[in-house]
Amino acid sequence: MPTKVEKDVVTGTNTTGHEWDGLKELNTPLPKWWLYVLYATIAWAAVWFVLYPSVPGITGYFPGILGYSQRAAVNTEVRAIEAQRAGTMDKIKALSFTEIRKDPQLMAAAEVAGRIAFANNCQPCHGAGGGGQPGYPALAAGGWIWGGSLDAIEQTIAYGIRSGDDKARDSQMLRFGVDGILKPDEIQKVADYVMTMYGKPTDRDVSAGRKLYADNCAVCHGEAGQGDREKGAPRLASHVHLHDDSRDAVVAQISAPRMGVMPAWHTRLDEATIKSLALYVHSLGGGE
Amino acid sequence: MSRISKAERQLQLQREELGDHLYANRVRVYPKTVHGPVRRFKWTVLVFCLAVYYLLPWLRWHRGANQPDQAVLLSLWHERFYFFNLEFWPQDIYYLTGLLIMAAVTLFLVTSLIGRVWCGYTCPQTVWTDLFMWVERQIEGDRNERMKRDAEPLSFDMVWRKVLKHAVWLGIAFWTGGAWIMYYVDAPTVTVEFWTATASKEVYFFTLLFTATTYLLAGWAREQVCTYMCPWPRFQSAMLDEQTVTVTYQGWRGEPRTRGKRHEDVPAGDCVDCGACVTACPTGIDIRDGIQLECINCGLCIDACNHVMEKTGRPQWLITWDTLADQAAKAQGRQTTLRLLRPRTLIYVSALLLAAVVMTVALLTRSSIDLSVLHDRAPLFVRLPDGDLRNGYTVKIVNKTQQMALFELRTEGLNAASLAEPDEGLGPADRLGLMVKADSIGTFRVTAAGQPNRLVGGSQPIDFILRNTETAEQTVYRSQFMGPR
Repeated sequence: MPTKVEKDVVTGTNTTGHEWDGLKELNTPLPKWWLYVLYATIAWAAVWFVLYPSVPGITGYFPGILGYSQRAAVNTEVRAIEAQRAGTMDKIKALSFTEIRKDPQLMAAAEVAGRIAFANNCQPCHGAGGGGQPGYPALAAGGWIWGGSLDAIEQTIAYGIRSGDDKARDSQMLRFGVDGILKPDEIQKVADYVMTMYGKPTDRDVSAGRKLYADNCAVCHGEAGQGDREKGAPRLASHVHLHDDSRDAVVAQISAPRMGVMPAWHTRLDEATIKSLALYVHSLGGGE
Repeated sequence: MSRISKAERQLQLQREELGDHLYANRVRVYPKTVHGPVRRFKWTVLVFCLAVYYLLPWLRWHRGANQPDQAVLLSLWHERFYFFNLEFWPQDIYYLTGLLIMAAVTLFLVTSLIGRVWCGYTCPQTVWTDLFMWVERQIEGDRNERMKRDAEPLSFDMVWRKVLKHAVWLGIAFWTGGAWIMYYVDAPTVTVEFWTATASKEVYFFTLLFTATTYLLAGWAREQVCTYMCPWPRFQSAMLDEQTVTVTYQGWRGEPRTRGKRHEDVPAGDCVDCGACVTACPTGIDIRDGIQLECINCGLCIDACNHVMEKTGRPQWLITWDTLADQAAKAQGRQTTLRLLRPRTLIYVSALLLAAVVMTVALLTRSSIDLSVLHDRAPLFVRLPDGDLRNGYTVKIVNKTQQMALFELRTEGLNAASLAEPDEGLGPADRLGLMVKADSIGTFRVTAAGQPNRLVGGSQPIDFILRNTETAEQTVYRSQFMGPR
């Protein structure tokens, strides 16, 4: 609160005349140019207010006379980047996989485009980095059902599996339990035998199961459970499991098979993106 | 208009009556030329500092083909810092930390020993201000002439001198700003590019920026920078003590100040109160008031006073370099000795030595190979058809040598380990050969597959061992191999 200016005995300086609870403020004046700098910043702010978006309203805001908008600026940048990329993506579209892989720069571009497209479209089911989850193949592991070459991967991505597309990959496993092809105890025996193929042997005698397997399953899954990619029959003699490796899961699959669906992506993604995706998926570690 | 209370208005009137204001007009400082040993020393330091600053970028240093041949080059564009025979990478930034620590401690040490000599002699603000003042004197004359002319109404004589002065100042400022840029890009190249309008926007921007700051700070702001902007004077008091040698007016000898004729029966000190020390001061203070915030310890007042002492037939060094303790003793007729070894200085010296030793050892044992291995965040691991587990890693190999080199990567700690680099179609094999270009970083996606046998909580350590097949230099990076919990 203002009282009166007095001379401080210790410093010999006058006070400002302000006093708070007995504390008096010494007057050590600030240089005037400092004050002018403050005024200059205020003037700067005033100019800024006029030039750039500043005052909010109820339904909109004052956009400033320069009409600047961060959204528009981003859009311009995005369009510039798209234009910059266009040449590269056209090349990826036109060249064969072998040619793309020979060009490290193109390869790097495809890898980045593929990684982003994968994160946006594939990751919800196949997991980040293609780690997979029950019912959705682990792309990084390489237990391919339909083939792991670049061309095979591209084909799968473009047309999908059981997607309804004309060129979709399609296969049907018989419903051995539900349709009564095998009796429940026979299914148990087949399951016992199948489990020996991937290193989970049982104490029980599997000779009956082996016979049942040879009669019913080997036609698609192969004598040694090696699978058949032409038919889309998974390899059974493998540690990669689409659903689970427990006995219950095997029994359930034989009785009433679950058959997943993957959509066809050629209707949603352009050719260059699908090719980039194929290259990316191939590079995850399972590529053939 | 602003509305203030009646009481506040009263205060304002009261302040005005006392000549007090909340904001102070700048008091113009017209420092007078001095001659003498301190001034000569200050000129020598100034010429040396400026010579280093302006000429260092032009010093050449041969490093081989495709390498910059500038001795000191902070190449931000190529992310390299060249310092004579040393080359630093961005990840060597901790050397800069070490250097800054050493610089700070040296500053503390010097200040606690001989006061603010940094402020007085080597601070860029001092050096350029001094240079600008010299220009000013050459064109507008010394203190008295300048004061007289500034007080007169506008005249042609005044205008041309001012115009010429500012033109020369701007010229020096431009040269300063231009030299700054040369520490970041090749000096001869950027000089040609600058004048043929082919240099980058950054070059022009920073040249103009540093031209402007040099002109403003050394020409206009001067002592205002030291007194109001610089933080250093604010905490110097923590480094000064009674044993610090500073520019000191020997009050016991000088007081009482006596002008003109002296009488036998009236005590008179050596100070003739001529004000030569005040007019010589570049910050416009009176050294006879003792150590103060504004004093930059340049000692020009010493030269000014010595000159007067000589003319009036008194012993020189009335203003001198001395400690507070010595002055107190001398005032009582005692002598003291200079105490350089004090806890404060010893601590600074040991901190300095420690930093120097650590830096030197780090610099000497610096390797030209560096490896970092980042485990994939997802998936943590995958099980392969044959039952093995596989982890993915991003491997970064730093090749600081000037030759393209083949690096051999292998692992230890995983059973039946096999490495692969799927992008390049390398592997699986127990060791991978990876090519990295000269003076660059190679990034590879490497997978390691095997049978982990000592997983704890889903992971076990795995060592990546990298060897440069050309130099046989080797380095190890410990990472983790993940599996089911």
